[in-house]
Amino acid sequence: MKAKTLKKLVGARKKAITALIFVFFAVVSLVFVMPTVLTFTNSLMSKGEIAANYGQIFSSVSGDAKVFVATETNLKLIPDRVTFDQYFNVLIKNPQYLIKFWNSVILTVPIVLGQILVALLAAYGFARFDGKIRGIIFFTYVILMLMPYQVTLVPNRLVSEMLNIYDTRWAIILPGIFSPFAVFILTKFMRRIPTAMIEAAKLDGAGEIQIFFRICLPMSKSIIYSVAILVFIDYWNMVEQPLVLLKTSDMHPLSVFLSEINSGDAALAFAVASIYMIIPLLTFLYSEDYIVEGVAYAGGVKG
Amino acid sequence: MSKPEKIRRDKRERIDRAKTSLFIAPSFIGAAIFFILPFFVVGYYALIDNPISREFVGLQNFVNLFGNSAFRTAARNTAAFSAVAVPLAVVLPLCFALLLLRRVPCGSLFKTVLISPLMVPTASVVLIWQVLFHYNGTVNSFLERFGIDKIDFFKSDYCLIIIVLLFLWKNIGYNMILFMSALAAIPVDITEACMLDGAGPVRVFFKIKLPYISSTVCFVTILSLINSFKIFREVYLMTGRYPYERLYMLQHFMNNTFESLDYQKLSAAAIVMCAVMIVLIGILFFVDNRVGRDIE
Repeated sequence: MKAKTLKKLVGARKKAITALIFVFFAVVSLVFVMPTVLTFTNSLMSKGEIAANYGQIFSSVSGDAKVFVATETNLKLIPDRVTFDQYFNVLIKNPQYLIKFWNSVILTVPIVLGQILVALLAAYGFARFDGKIRGIIFFTYVILMLMPYQVTLVPNRLVSEMLNIYDTRWAIILPGIFSPFAVFILTKFMRRIPTAMIEAAKLDGAGEIQIFFRICLPMSKSIIYSVAILVFIDYWNMVEQPLVLLKTSDMHPLSVFLSEINSGDAALAFAVASIYMIIPLLTFLYSEDYIVEGVAYAGGVKG
Repeated sequence: MSKPEKIRRDKRERIDRAKTSLFIAPSFIGAAIFFILPFFVVGYYALIDNPISREFVGLQNFVNLFGNSAFRTAARNTAAFSAVAVPLAVVLPLCFALLLLRRVPCGSLFKTVLISPLMVPTASVVLIWQVLFHYNGTVNSFLERFGIDKIDFFKSDYCLIIIVLLFLWKNIGYNMILFMSALAAIPVDITEACMLDGAGPVRVFFKIKLPYISSTVCFVTILSLINSFKIFREVYLMTGRYPYERLYMLQHFMNNTFESLDYQKLSAAAIVMCAVMIVLIGILFFVDNRVGRDIE
């Protein structure tokens, strides 16, 4: 009898704790999802509504004298009237935003493809054999990967001037391709491919190139996808490299340009911001597991 | 195995080795051209007076750098930010990971939400941050309702709060994934055995789990530290080139020095940063080795 009530009590306590944790995460999640959701819903408001809500902050929005400006800022989740005017403005009336969007694409896509290609080959080389020189090179890569932009951008700028590619897209794309992040993760993955499999292929007369294409590449499919997403989001979000390596602001990606519209047309900026984040967010919703796997592989430097 | 067979095998392996080193070549040549070799040039530039006369000045550039008030401000601000942001970026995700691993209803949904900021470009959300923390912004009107005076977040010492929050929002998910995968790898029987011996969850955490995931803690700390040096991005997108003094970060200093093309100062700064990073990484590895040895 006594034991039974004790058991019940413990069970009730466990349930209460679980409920408490649930409430805690519900609140935290709400806070976390808010900035993204607010950016999106605000992009569906009319120019007048944005001006009325944020006139105090983005003074230039209230250029139109007839617009009512609230004395207080009014962060609103749900638009009074849903309108796609801002998207119409961005996509059809003002092609300069599409050009900046294209700038982002043209910088990011070659880097992702190039880095993966170069890294796949290198990772195979590192995973296949150990050795003193390989060890030193790999260690250099790890250190390089951990260096902040304050360190790597100075060499990048110097080289871009020496090779006469400063102020061209190559100044960002080439260092991006040879950045060691993908090599690091892919090597860690390929080291786990059983040597017995490779040995068996060797006995069957397969050469290194065949082993690479027939065994390692097919087995690495999912990790390649993970790394590609992580590299993509990193460069899609870049700000420092274009500021240092591209003088001509016409070539700047949307990430840099957005901060300039923010101070101008806030209503439009919300729509541009939404367009800019929709690609990585959709990728995320479709492939969360791959991203988690990729991040987990990046963990543990010594691996 | 007969002797000639062994020799043949060794020879074959040497050939394979040579072949696979060709696989590494493109990556290594690229990295050498764009990162490694120019880094030696940076080291050289840090020791000469200017690229034309190329006279050795010893450590003069470093003396000048440390004498530069903009550099000192930038270094102090970046250090202050890292000192606040990095511990939070390690402890909070660890707590979240521990809590999420107990079966919470909707756990995977929460996990998805907490990771999602990782994929949102910073440039897309700075607008909302501006609306929240502007002098006439949402947070201030909220505070006013409770009779608290308005705070000018972007132009006072409170500015640190804004960027720390933005930093945590962006980085908690990534670090949480790392902790969750490390915690999940702990063999269950060890923790269960410890529980049977009467240890409470707190004791199990400090005695078993923490030593087990020490290398992950170490890695997350390094990672957060590196990411905290990147906070320039957020500050730049919110406040531009010349922000309030407390928000002037190392990368601001670098960018403005790039503008004046002062390569001596830049090179010296890069070398100093590199040295600081190597020392920090070294310390963390050392600590990790020490802690790691204890459990074995």
